[in-house]
Amino acid sequence: MDHSENRPAYLAHHFSNIAQQADAAKLGMWVFLLTEVLLFGGLFVAYSVFRAWNPEMFYNAHKYLNVTLGSINTVVLITSSVTMALSIRSMQLGKRQQTLAFLWSTLLLACVFLVIKYFEYSHKIHLGQLPGKYYTFTGVQGTNPHIFFSIYFAMTGLHGVHVLAGMFVIIWMIIKTSRNMFSPEYYTPLEMTGLYWHLVDLIWIYLFPLFYLIG
Amino acid sequence: MTVSNNYLQEPKGLKSWLFTLDHKRIAILYLVGISLSFILGGILALLIRWELISPAQNIVGAETYNRLFTLHGAVMIFLFIIPGIPAAMGNFVLPLMLGAKDVAFPRLNLTSWYIYMFGMILALVSIVTGSVDTGWTFYTPYSTQTSGAVVAMTTAVFILGFSSIFTGLNFLVTIHKLRAPGMTWFKMPLFIWAIYATAIIQILATPVLAITLVLLILERTLGIGIFDPAMGGDPVLFQHFFWFYSHPAVYIMILPAMGVISELIATFSHKRIFGYRAIAFSSFGIAFISFLVWGHHMFTSGQSELASMIFSFLTFLVAIPSGIKVFNWLATMYKGSISLEAPMLWALGFLFLFSIGGLTGMFLSTLATDIHLHDTYFVVAHFHYVMFGGTVMAFFGGLHYWWPKMWGRMYNEFWAKIAVLLVFVGFNATFFSQFILGAKGMPRRYWTYLPQYTRLHGFSSIGSIIMAVGFVIMIIYLLHSIFKGRKAGTNPWGSLTMEWETSSPPPPQNFEKDMVLTHGPYDYDKAVPNKN
Repeated sequence: MDHSENRPAYLAHHFSNIAQQADAAKLGMWVFLLTEVLLFGGLFVAYSVFRAWNPEMFYNAHKYLNVTLGSINTVVLITSSVTMALSIRSMQLGKRQQTLAFLWSTLLLACVFLVIKYFEYSHKIHLGQLPGKYYTFTGVQGTNPHIFFSIYFAMTGLHGVHVLAGMFVIIWMIIKTSRNMFSPEYYTPLEMTGLYWHLVDLIWIYLFPLFYLIG
Repeated sequence: MTVSNNYLQEPKGLKSWLFTLDHKRIAILYLVGISLSFILGGILALLIRWELISPAQNIVGAETYNRLFTLHGAVMIFLFIIPGIPAAMGNFVLPLMLGAKDVAFPRLNLTSWYIYMFGMILALVSIVTGSVDTGWTFYTPYSTQTSGAVVAMTTAVFILGFSSIFTGLNFLVTIHKLRAPGMTWFKMPLFIWAIYATAIIQILATPVLAITLVLLILERTLGIGIFDPAMGGDPVLFQHFFWFYSHPAVYIMILPAMGVISELIATFSHKRIFGYRAIAFSSFGIAFISFLVWGHHMFTSGQSELASMIFSFLTFLVAIPSGIKVFNWLATMYKGSISLEAPMLWALGFLFLFSIGGLTGMFLSTLATDIHLHDTYFVVAHFHYVMFGGTVMAFFGGLHYWWPKMWGRMYNEFWAKIAVLLVFVGFNATFFSQFILGAKGMPRRYWTYLPQYTRLHGFSSIGSIIMAVGFVIMIIYLLHSIFKGRKAGTNPWGSLTMEWETSSPPPPQNFEKDMVLTHGPYDYDKAVPNKN
């Protein structure tokens, strides 16, 4: 039972070796990502149903989204995925300062994304392009244009919550990295954060064309 | 057996329980929460039956009655039966059966329990802040318009969903990564296969319920209009979303029960289980089909006739894997040396009641008969035969079976037999009468009824009292056994699965040595279990 003399501190008592622990973490994370996909899946279904019923309204409403800001945000998020991946690579090579720099850049890019989203949202709120019964805008041709904005806010809002959650996790990773808790032998939490961050990125890559590039 | 070193006694103190990462202690914590929920839901059920003993107002008015059946459904489903077998019993025995020291993510496991408790408290808060009268299905547009604490209750269910997802995820990874050396996939106990299939449904279906409830909450608070026909939305879309989770969810409830039954039948028949692979794969068959049958809840909701026909056909398919299981259990018992201890009696009760529940499901999946039976007591009876007659019977069978392992003590066998008998008789009196009521046209969820239904309703109510007496006896002798019961040996039933190779109760690290599989879980023809 007791082989504590050659067990590193980061190896939990119920695993027999590092590889088993890392494999378990990876499998768990992929399964978690699957649940995330299904969580968004419900919204993608709602989107498809209402777009199929109101194709013209969706086309008319999408013109009120700012493609330039959307495109910038897409580039920002993809870049943040790159910096995230590079931070893991740096830790594999044992370069702690570089890891920290890449993590900080990922965090900064996430902030940029949310700031741009904030400006988009406030512009829409200002115009009254709000979900459901708060919708007061009159410019969109077609029936029930509020549905478009209901789904737009629900999907981008849920995505925004995920970006925010990701930022907290990245901050946590920055703290752990600065406390020297990772090494080229053990950086599993960093890798898991990366997987999560790539999924958040990937969901945006679907949201962007579905809302901003209709027609 | 080293009495000084078991998980119940070391370490000591309330804090050591509330911050424990030991799966066995977390299982006990769950068991406490789940038992309290079962008692609460049971009391609500008794109040319902009391009110229905005659058509007049007996104890509550119509509005309170609506709240009672909503709460009974929500508490029993989301707080008792979904977490029941996986979170309480699964947590305890899954790592032991695998010969592992713990589940893959112990901290996530404890988090799941806290999430569960938080959801439970929120559900209770909804009772005092106006309660909910929508039924456990929260159908729109009623749920967006009625007064009451719909947001609190749906938020509670949303939160409980995450507890379920994390438990499923944890178990799936544990099964993949922490099996003892020598335990290949087809040497796993069938309970593990059942938990695995359950985990898949928990992982794939629960997030869809989560997003549905988020949309419902947004609809109620912000009026986003997605489910509101006046605003271009669609209330039937809610039903699609809801049942996409909630039909697979009934298999979250029944699959682990089937796993328990496989263990009980094999152990108490002292015989190699018949059709091991068929039982294992049929769990996956059920899990797979479960995702394709949600439309059978909506035969009268205005979906297209073609869709109804397809859903009806797919629903019939569920009978195949379910039948495979029942026949394999029967074949296991054939020429076995069956001993009729209390867990086996619960298992036999399961076989009998689940078969009735399953067959009446065929009536309901037939389009023409469903039009007559839809939303009647026939559906209520069918549902309770499967869920209570199935899952709850298996839950208590499993609880009695693993009780000595959990507490190191035996319960009183005589009173255990009395209890299972009372529950079985009371259950049939309560719910078989409801099949007849439903076939005669008594609609569900009504506070009062026409005079011709009085006798059957009265019969049903008396049955519920018999059942309640059975459960009260059970609570008394089980609690008594924790303190005064006879000391249990390592393997009181003479079973071959690995959880019976460690002391009762097990040490904190589960086993004294690193486990290696030496024989299959049902090799009764080769290995001789060390019964003590």
